Amino acid sequence: MATLNLIDVKKSYGKDEVIHGVNFDIHDKEFVVIVGPSGCGKSTLLRMMAGLETVTAGEIKIKDRRVNELEPMERNIAMVFQNYALYPHMSVFDNMAYSLKIAKLGKAEIKARVDNAAKLLQLSEYLKRKPRQLSGGQRQRVAMGRAIVRKPDVFLFDEPLSNLDAKLRVQMRLEIKKLQRDLGVTSVYVTHDQVEAMTLGDRLMVLNGGYVEQFGSPIDLYERPASLFVAEFIGSPSMNIIDGHAADGVVELVNGVRLPGSSEVAGAVKAGIRPEHLSLDPAGVIAIRKGVAEQLGSSTLVHGTLDGSDIAISVALPGVHREEQLDDVMCFSVMEQGLHLFSADGKRV
Amino acid sequence: MSGMVEKKGKAAWLVHLGLILGILVVCFPIYLAFIASTVSSGDLVRPPMPLLPGEHFIANYKEALFSGVNTPVWNMLLNSTIMALGIAIGKIIISLLSAFAIVYFRFPLRNVFFWLIFLTLMLPVEVRIVPTYEVVANFGMLNSYSGLILPLVASATATFLFRQFYLTVPDELAEAARVDGAGPMRFFVDILLPMSRTNIAALFVILFIYGWNQYLWPLLMTTDPDMNTIVMGIKQMFPSGDDLPNWPVIMATALLAMLPPVLVVVLMQNLFIKGLVDTEK
Repeated sequence: MATLNLIDVKKSYGKDEVIHGVNFDIHDKEFVVIVGPSGCGKSTLLRMMAGLETVTAGEIKIKDRRVNELEPMERNIAMVFQNYALYPHMSVFDNMAYSLKIAKLGKAEIKARVDNAAKLLQLSEYLKRKPRQLSGGQRQRVAMGRAIVRKPDVFLFDEPLSNLDAKLRVQMRLEIKKLQRDLGVTSVYVTHDQVEAMTLGDRLMVLNGGYVEQFGSPIDLYERPASLFVAEFIGSPSMNIIDGHAADGVVELVNGVRLPGSSEVAGAVKAGIRPEHLSLDPAGVIAIRKGVAEQLGSSTLVHGTLDGSDIAISVALPGVHREEQLDDVMCFSVMEQGLHLFSADGKRV
Repeated sequence: MSGMVEKKGKAAWLVHLGLILGILVVCFPIYLAFIASTVSSGDLVRPPMPLLPGEHFIANYKEALFSGVNTPVWNMLLNSTIMALGIAIGKIIISLLSAFAIVYFRFPLRNVFFWLIFLTLMLPVEVRIVPTYEVVANFGMLNSYSGLILPLVASATATFLFRQFYLTVPDELAEAARVDGAGPMRFFVDILLPMSRTNIAALFVILFIYGWNQYLWPLLMTTDPDMNTIVMGIKQMFPSGDDLPNWPVIMATALLAMLPPVLVVVLMQNLFIKGLVDTEK
């Protein structure tokens, strides 16, 4: 049972507070992904959990034990770094065995654990090689092997896939997910890539400027973003945001188009509609003037403007392969549940 | 540059000819010294100057090594070796550690200390020789190995070099070691040290020769002929007054004095190049 709790954790560098009180509880065996734009404090938060940064205020608990003052090793965590951080002069075996040697485990035990991890990660043939003789993906696996052999309570991943090429990234993403399931180790994974975030996490935390915007299951965040920031951050291509005015259960967009909204909302709002939630419908009320089209093969992305305004809008058209099939002005209707409303200060209403 | 090497035909011949001539010019004095060390004193001073090896090779070298002029040369070679090794190894150890402290530990006035070390570059032995002599004399270290080595053992250059190298080692490596449970010294020994071995080898060559070639300091502080180093010892072999210098023995000594630095360069060069070829990081 390895749980991880953060209680009102804050971090300041001098007078600058960069993490403004983060609270969350991670359950045993859960895979939590922290996602946010560069500089939002996600890596700092992870490094605080690891013990590489001091905690300015608040409390971090692993297995219900306060770890604020403990060295990384005493917390029994393992960390996978963005640039792998393999020891260049050591063989793959020695890299994986290093922490065990320091922990003064017996030779046979070390060998058994490393061999086991190597088999799990398909590294058995490479144990004698130096890191520089390995490909990026293999190095990444060695870095994970180094984490696995210690049998830690918590895995911490700091953007581990960002140095890999796109294809390998997809493959390693699946491997990490499978590995975490099989080993059942509580994991925290930091990334700025929202596809990684959506696919890997049991739960997702969106961090922005040192504040937690939302914490929930990936699909929750997609279906019911709590703020404008989350709405725009999660989902690709990102959500269209159109200014509007709500009254009497109707939302009137800037160009005068009226959409059915919620009766509880009134006043200035921002209406969010995901590109994939607009469907071609000759009778639809939303008219879009075509700008650039991106043909992705399986679908086509149309970037245009809302007719009667200069608000940029993107639409995803599954099943449309060729730009020539499209008219210059197309009409769309909004799918059910496809309209999100946010107040002027960015909160969901 | 590669174009020059690949040139074919006449040009290549010309280049080679030039290079060979250059080598001959450089090597000729050394050859003369060797000839001089194989003939007798009388042969040497009688014109014409001998240009072919004589018969006294073994005798001259035996005399130089085991009796010398003031002190046997083997003793001076030993002194020089101890001093050069002491300076080279001492400098490397001290600079490795001080660079480690400056790069990896946050302590007050860290940068001040770094610049203080750096400033000592402006104070070579020649500049501080009088106060240094006084300190060493007060410690009673005249005519001792520690007196020969210690005043020369601090090195700003080496500290700077290791500092620059450590700065290129990614921070994550230190953090990974910390997560793995390695303390600072363990990280230093297990990770930093093996990673800097190329630098250490290169520095060792430079510093060994620097130590071997020390002239002024040993000259000043060793009064006991048993503590003479070879570089200053050669000069001591010149007789004062009207005595005739024993040139063959002096030349034999000079050649013997050249041998260890040459050996160090030749032997370490292989390691050096090997280290440079498989760059890690």
